[in-house]
Amino acid sequence: MKEISELQFAEDVRYTDDHEWIRMEGDTAVVGISDYAQDQLGDIVFVELPAEGDTFAQKDEFGSVESVKAVSELYMPIGGEIVAVNEDLEENPDLVNNAPYTDGWLIRVKPSDPAEYEVLMDKDAYLEMLKGLQE
Amino acid sequence: MRYLPHTEEEIRSMLQEVGVADLEDLFSTIPGDCRRSGDMPLPKPMTEWELNAHMDQLAGRTAAAPEYRIFMGAGSYDHFIPSATSYLLSRSELMTAYTPYQPEISQGTLQAIFEYQTFITRLLGLDVANASMYDGASALAEALLMAIRITRRKKVAVSSLINPLYRRVVRTYLEPTGYEIVELPYTDEGRTDFSALTGLDELAGVAVQSPNFLGCIEDLPAVSEAVHADKKTMMIACFSEPMAFGLLKSPGSQGADIACGEGQSFGIPRSFGGPGLGIFATRSKFVRNMPGRLVGQTVDKEGRRGFVLTLSTREQHIRRERATSNICSNQGLCATNAIMYLATLGGSGIRQLARLNRDKAEYLKGALAQAGVRIPFTAPTFNEFVAEFPKGFDATWKKLLKKKIVAGLPLAPYYDEMANHYLLCATETCSREDMDLLVKEVTS
Amino acid sequence: MKETVGTHGLVFNEPLLWEKGAAGRNGFSMPSRDVPESPLDEALAGAGPDFPDLSEVDVVRHFTRLSQWNFGVDSGMYPLGSCTMKYNPKTNERQAALPGFAGAHPLLPAELCQGTLQLMYDLQEFLAAITGLPAVTVQPAAGSQGELTGMLIFAAYHKSQGKARHKILIPDTAHGTNPASAALCGFKAVAVASNESGVLSPETVAGLMDEDTAGIMITNPNTLGLFEENIHEVARIVHDKGGLVYGDGANMNAIMGIVDVSQLGVDVMHLNLHKTFSTPHGGGGPGSGPVCVTSELEPFLPVPRVVKTKKGYELSEDFPQSVGKLHAFYGNFGILIRAYSYILSMGAAGLKKATQLAVLNANYIKEKLKGDFHLPYDRPCMHECVFNDKIQEAYKVTTLDIAKRLMEHGFHPPTVYFPLVVHGAIMVEPTETECKQDIDAFIETMKTIAAEARENPELLHEAPQITKVRRLDETLAARKPCLTG
Repeated sequence: MKEISELQFAEDVRYTDDHEWIRMEGDTAVVGISDYAQDQLGDIVFVELPAEGDTFAQKDEFGSVESVKAVSELYMPIGGEIVAVNEDLEENPDLVNNAPYTDGWLIRVKPSDPAEYEVLMDKDAYLEMLKGLQE
Repeated sequence: MRYLPHTEEEIRSMLQEVGVADLEDLFSTIPGDCRRSGDMPLPKPMTEWELNAHMDQLAGRTAAAPEYRIFMGAGSYDHFIPSATSYLLSRSELMTAYTPYQPEISQGTLQAIFEYQTFITRLLGLDVANASMYDGASALAEALLMAIRITRRKKVAVSSLINPLYRRVVRTYLEPTGYEIVELPYTDEGRTDFSALTGLDELAGVAVQSPNFLGCIEDLPAVSEAVHADKKTMMIACFSEPMAFGLLKSPGSQGADIACGEGQSFGIPRSFGGPGLGIFATRSKFVRNMPGRLVGQTVDKEGRRGFVLTLSTREQHIRRERATSNICSNQGLCATNAIMYLATLGGSGIRQLARLNRDKAEYLKGALAQAGVRIPFTAPTFNEFVAEFPKGFDATWKKLLKKKIVAGLPLAPYYDEMANHYLLCATETCSREDMDLLVKEVTS
Repeated sequence: MKETVGTHGLVFNEPLLWEKGAAGRNGFSMPSRDVPESPLDEALAGAGPDFPDLSEVDVVRHFTRLSQWNFGVDSGMYPLGSCTMKYNPKTNERQAALPGFAGAHPLLPAELCQGTLQLMYDLQEFLAAITGLPAVTVQPAAGSQGELTGMLIFAAYHKSQGKARHKILIPDTAHGTNPASAALCGFKAVAVASNESGVLSPETVAGLMDEDTAGIMITNPNTLGLFEENIHEVARIVHDKGGLVYGDGANMNAIMGIVDVSQLGVDVMHLNLHKTFSTPHGGGGPGSGPVCVTSELEPFLPVPRVVKTKKGYELSEDFPQSVGKLHAFYGNFGILIRAYSYILSMGAAGLKKATQLAVLNANYIKEKLKGDFHLPYDRPCMHECVFNDKIQEAYKVTTLDIAKRLMEHGFHPPTVYFPLVVHGAIMVEPTETECKQDIDAFIETMKTIAAEARENPELLHEAPQITKVRRLDETLAARKPCLTG
């Protein structure tokens, strides 16, 4: 597994304490999991995603990510309605491993309350959190 | 004791390495109030020869063929088991191996189970089969729980012609979580009455047994039409005698979403009801919701074909409380037993043997009918059927036990309305003479 | 160069069954037909399954070759922690195959099956004697079905007390079947952290126990191989709030003849006959998970139950508070026969000696290897001890690498990556049936591997190389499942 110094981060996103990231793109937001998360899980074999039209509150469980030996639940960084899911992940779940911040995106959300985005961690805060976990 | 190899000398030397004075000291972390006060009250140990004599005596006080002629099925069937099958099963590399979590040194078990899974899908006409469940009853319970998980509904319908013992197990499994079980009645011809389904909605699954407990073959296409009128409801076809599918159309080809049941007929001795073999198969779209272990094909570092346990994230050791089931140890050696038997029987063999089974039971049915015995249910049967004897027959039934004949299973304890009804079974192990004798004895 | 236990040899390739055979070949002696053919409605008749036709030689060679690719207890030492892979006595097989047992129909009237009923009754008495818990069912078909039975008994008990409860306390060292069984019964699993010594602290349990908690599931000794020394206090805390204590008996091999389970405060426990009681593991079962309870909980046991009357043995359903039925018949009777034979062969002194030697073997291994592998809990262990790969991390060698290298040295690997509370856990349970020479060979091999990790880690990363297949692509198997041929 990677050392902290080897981890990749995206600059234009915010992070949650269970390792999801969220990027605002106009009036919708894209969500995925961080490089740390995919590295911890190992080779991803299956991603369980919600349906378009489903609505969730912030911190609700919306799906899960499976590797060979582990499962991780996914939690909403902000509340809202699912407007799209990444259908490529059905055939190519490895996109989450290889491009966690770009092609490995999970869902696109229409936020119900954009203010929820503001309380999330930026890259520096997330990095600090990861260093804390190490100890 | 021949299973405890340590000599006194070796024990002394090892105790020294550990740094304690005697074996007792190894248990010093155990508080005094947890300790036994005396020895366990068990019989004194037997030599191998004493044990043999004792067990011979116990086994001798149990009725079995050929000394007894037992015309009972009802979920436990007498079929010939080839010597080659029992011999192969005793290979200790297969018998004394653990669950194949270390696949490099378990390819024997893994390939055998992959072969078993494949044969089961071909037999039942479905896409994927698991590596086994405990028995037909728990397999049915797990199938209903799976339908509940997939559809997110809380009600199931279950035919009253499913083996009564299976229905009781289903109740035990479903009750704690408050799921509702509706029982479907049956018709005069001996099949499930699906008209009751029209009044029910929001069903997760509907389960029917074919051949059913009365031995009758259900009209599965009609069942499928009735059940799938609600597109979400799942059809579960269970069975206790899978030999039938050597002759009859598979449940999968007739609309079943899940097919499950008992595999004891495939080379596994009856052994007073266990160990059996829970067979479980379904369509590929449901695979991630399926309980039980699954063996999958893959390649090794050098590109050679090999097998591994896979899709393990469904299971208890990873998913824990969110697992599809709590099953861990299953009936692995029984599945291995079944594939050895089916491989020996072959495609041509199972067709012949299934046909022979049916013809034996048809002969018995015909001979009884000719002798004036009433056959109450008109639907076609496989190797079991119900005969209705005159009032007072139970005295004859008991007398026949002394003649070492068990003339079928009395059904009165299972269905109040079936006094004097008996479930009779004839497999390839019943000779024409045996059956002629039975007819003579029950009609005299 | 010193000979290793594992060595090269000739094994055979063998295709899948449908890749061999020829239509019309026959391996089965078809019984002669003495009845006429009967017509069958064409609408019901199917084409029959697509199975290959094979000769008896084809089938015998097939499975003989497959068996050679397997490692069993009869091949070599199998130190899987919490699995108790002890030797499987062959006399047990002779007994299980007796025609009176093998051919017995489960629905025979009682007068025709006194032998099988007596065996079940006697075995229940033996298990009560061994645990100290007087009421026993042998119906559950495996440990986890025993756990489900236990959870059903908990639910039935609380219902009879007038109040349903919704939670179960489960230690973080618990086997995955524990929370899975609790969930099957509608309970919510609440995790209890073990303390720095690896056992449960009464304070932690007290902080979580309330009147909506049905009870606690404890494994004792726990999956770290340590005796839960606070179990009395923990049981008292749970009982004080009206809860029950469930004992997972997977590790019974550590305490036979030494501990009286009824004195621990345990109300319900299951045993694993395929672990402690020598029945073969079969490549994944069949097992058997009898459940033993206090007399207060006896009314809740599954039915039917074997009872002894003046006339003899009978099966009785007359238990109105029973939780119901878990198995179509009476459980895995063939497995009960084997456990029964084992207990009769060993006797009380033999079983106690087995426990003592199992604990001796584990402590011996612990002392000899603790310099070479990190021991997270350096204290006396019971029948198993837990190491991890902390020392080997420095050489970028993992627990997985160690396991794969050990197998080509001729030993089945220990349990790896469990319990979850120890990162990279290596759980070693030798059992009592391993002799000192084999244990010394295991120890020496592990020391060799520790040295290889330092001096030649590539050897471990590449392992195994001499097995039938090398490391397999489990990612591919899960991403593109191929579950039939």
